[in-house]
Amino acid sequence: MSEIEEIEGPLLAIAMEPVPLMIFDQVTKSYRSKRGKKEKLIAVDNVSFEIAPGEAVGLVGASGSGKSTIARLITGLEKPDTGRIIFGDFSVGKLGHRELRNLYSMVQMVFQDPYGALNPVHSVEYAVSRPCINYLGMSISQATRRVEELLDRVGLTPARQFAEKMPHQLSGGQRQRVVIARALACEPKLLIADEPVSMLDVSLRAGVLRLLTELQNEHGLSLLYITHDLLSARVLTDRILVLNKGGVVEEGVTKQVLQNPKDPYTVKLLDSVATLDK
Amino acid sequence: MPILEIEGLNVCYRPERGVRISAVRDLDISLERGEFVGIVGESGSGKSTLGFAITRMLRPPAVIESGAVKFKGTNILELTGSELRNQRRGGLALVLQSGMNALNPVRSISKQLGDVLKAHSQKGEHWGRSEVRARGGELLSMVELDSEVLDRYPHELSGGMRQRVAIALALSLEPELVVFDEPTTALDVIVQASVMETIKSLQRSRGFTAILISHDMSVVLDATDRTLVMYAGRVVEDQPSKTVASAGIHHPYTEALMKCYADPRADKVELQDIGGTPPDLSIEVAGCSFAPRCSFASKVCFLETPSLVRSELIQVACHVRLPVSPMAKEVKVVRN
Amino acid sequence: MISFRNKRRDIIKGVTVEIVVAEDDARPLNEESKSSYNRPKLPGPFVFILRAVSTLWRNKKSRVGLVILGFFIFVSVMAPILAPHSATATNFKPYQNPNATNWLGTTGNGQDVLSQMIYGTRVSLLVGLGAGLLATLIALSIGLVSGYRPGIVDEVLSFTTNLALVLPGLPLMIVIATYLRSNSMWMILFVIGFTGWATGARVIRSQTATLRSRDFVSAASFSGERLLRVVFKEILPNMVSLAAASFFGAATAAVIAASSLEFLGIGNPNTVSWGSILYWAENDNAFLTGQWVLVFAPGIAIVLLSLSFILINFGIDTLSNPRLREK
Repeated sequence: MSEIEEIEGPLLAIAMEPVPLMIFDQVTKSYRSKRGKKEKLIAVDNVSFEIAPGEAVGLVGASGSGKSTIARLITGLEKPDTGRIIFGDFSVGKLGHRELRNLYSMVQMVFQDPYGALNPVHSVEYAVSRPCINYLGMSISQATRRVEELLDRVGLTPARQFAEKMPHQLSGGQRQRVVIARALACEPKLLIADEPVSMLDVSLRAGVLRLLTELQNEHGLSLLYITHDLLSARVLTDRILVLNKGGVVEEGVTKQVLQNPKDPYTVKLLDSVATLDK
Repeated sequence: MPILEIEGLNVCYRPERGVRISAVRDLDISLERGEFVGIVGESGSGKSTLGFAITRMLRPPAVIESGAVKFKGTNILELTGSELRNQRRGGLALVLQSGMNALNPVRSISKQLGDVLKAHSQKGEHWGRSEVRARGGELLSMVELDSEVLDRYPHELSGGMRQRVAIALALSLEPELVVFDEPTTALDVIVQASVMETIKSLQRSRGFTAILISHDMSVVLDATDRTLVMYAGRVVEDQPSKTVASAGIHHPYTEALMKCYADPRADKVELQDIGGTPPDLSIEVAGCSFAPRCSFASKVCFLETPSLVRSELIQVACHVRLPVSPMAKEVKVVRN
Repeated sequence: MISFRNKRRDIIKGVTVEIVVAEDDARPLNEESKSSYNRPKLPGPFVFILRAVSTLWRNKKSRVGLVILGFFIFVSVMAPILAPHSATATNFKPYQNPNATNWLGTTGNGQDVLSQMIYGTRVSLLVGLGAGLLATLIALSIGLVSGYRPGIVDEVLSFTTNLALVLPGLPLMIVIATYLRSNSMWMILFVIGFTGWATGARVIRSQTATLRSRDFVSAASFSGERLLRVVFKEILPNMVSLAAASFFGAATAAVIAASSLEFLGIGNPNTVSWGSILYWAENDNAFLTGQWVLVFAPGIAIVLLSLSFILINFGIDTLSNPRLREK
């Protein structure tokens, strides 16, 4: 008789729970304030959460809520004051330059500003092929083929034609698709998207959001979606954390939180969304 | 008499290198006194160019090719510099998205306010320190700021407060028409809602005519009485804001745009995007600019530019939704 | 797919309308891009210089500059053919005014001034371009490192740069050149190169610091790029115009500084250069003897060469901006 059969009820549920992909454990980060060096600006205040494989988590909050700092902490661009950030075997807060590179083969980022995220002097092909060459060890001709597959996948067809374009020849929506293709190139486990649609035209947003959902489902990718826009968070994420002044004020299944907000700050955020029907 | 009449306005950008872009095409708009009109459009719709043209703030490479902008009967495009300055008082004002960053960082708010008041002062008016402070306190309370803000410098204020100061500056000369160009886009969601509330109540209490230019349909419908939808430099729909969201006659672009919004609290949320690519303004095409992205387009849509057709309170420029008359006796398509 | 874009259509009301529609708008573009894809490739630096020259040629001021510079390069390459006499032989009558044999007259030692001018172009051009290049390379390495590595590295390098900026240039060069006790042309080139980098370094440092915080630089490290590649492939190409501008700026300063040093007799007065012609003119009291050509000819040449660099600099902005490069 194996031991597993003896576990029942709630214990079984714990045993069945997947190992989280990333653990953000009681992390605090503060900056020295610009005026008066004694004052400290607390950007992230004792925040804990986990992201399971394949899960889409939303970080929602107004500017200054600490949501972008969390992204910088996960990607090792900032070091936490206290607390741990665990990603697989990595303890992210302690990584040096070389280890960060290994981390980035698993964590990729989609930036807010599609105009700033692509180097104006490099073609689309160059931008998308670099991670293939760096992480997957591809030759240039293999990378060329993969670039075409990726561009096809993000809806930039005919792929060959887009591959040869320079960033300034593309529209905002197309650039953001290139950025997404580049982020997918090394088959990461976690994709961090920091306001990926806020600078796009409204009529193009839904397309990019749908693409992110599809890619997440196809590749079993985890997604950390950072936004102030509750509507896109609702469309994209399974679970959200509402942040205010660096702390989590509410968390739960996206639909439930939005339909039934408990915290006054969440209510305030919801009320400031102008809806179409008067 | 309408307070503002725009007749046959054409604005294009002619950069030294590169292609000519026509941003505003054959535009006719008429505004009644006290109206709050919203102009909605996406990038490249020409909405901001229009806002600049109305306030005569266009700078090269933008060129007004033809048309008139009549403010209280005078064509402001023909005014000289000093005449225009006189017009600013009791005339036109512009509040920009970047207006909050246009404040001079080394001068206190009261000094900057004093500059504006002095620069436009009339004969017999004297703007001393105490007069400026009195008027300043009044203006700031209008935009729901404390009068102690007068002694502050721009960097000591938050984005929302700076934008409120910019609104106070714009209103300091008692304009009759205020153009708000994306006044809240750079602000945070919560701040955005409260600044919009202030703009709404100011417009109602002071009765000036206002134009709100925004890419966000929800903001415009919430605040304004009348909504103009722009696409590729033309107004494609003009209707009371109340009826834009309801069923009725709409331009297919407006309909498609409405599907890009939803209530995040709803049980089922579905967003749709508009397929195809945004219009290329460097190419002159006959026909409706939206036709390549429109699922209702027929042959005529590719041939003749539809003009705004009135049906009661609404105007729509669409061959399919509000046809005038068949345009050609026969249409033949030749493929090669 | 039917495309209506890019096609001109005439609309005549009330009559039959014919439209010509392209079946597939992707095809022509495809062919065009294919041809550029298969174009035989020249070695990188060649392509770069050719493209830079053709870009600069479109700017009127730069074009004038390029023509002047081209003239000087032509003269220095063809010097043995163009020069009517030897530059060093002393077989003419000294203190001659311009005449049929010696178009620009002769020096106090009986040398032909025109031939000296022509051979002198070589030295001035070499020192100008060489010292400019050296100064730019130093400016680039210091500017890039200090801009990309904030903290102690930047502090030290910035301090050094500021120190080099406040030291007066010409006196410093004179001191170094005197101490080195070698008076070859190469010494002058190195002295000017090693003293003229500071301005460029400061500009490049601040530009690097700006670019470093841009998203595409973080994106490059997310793409797994190593540090050197980030600096050289992502940041540097965005600074081509800045580097070129600082090169031509340094070259202008170098031409003038080299002539000044030679004029002061710090170089080798027996090397034929524009500066040394001036040196000998001063030695022989050229103005007193009425030999104005001895002063004006090298003076004008120095001004023209410097001017050509300055003029070229006007068109430099277009170099690293792909949007401007296009048409």
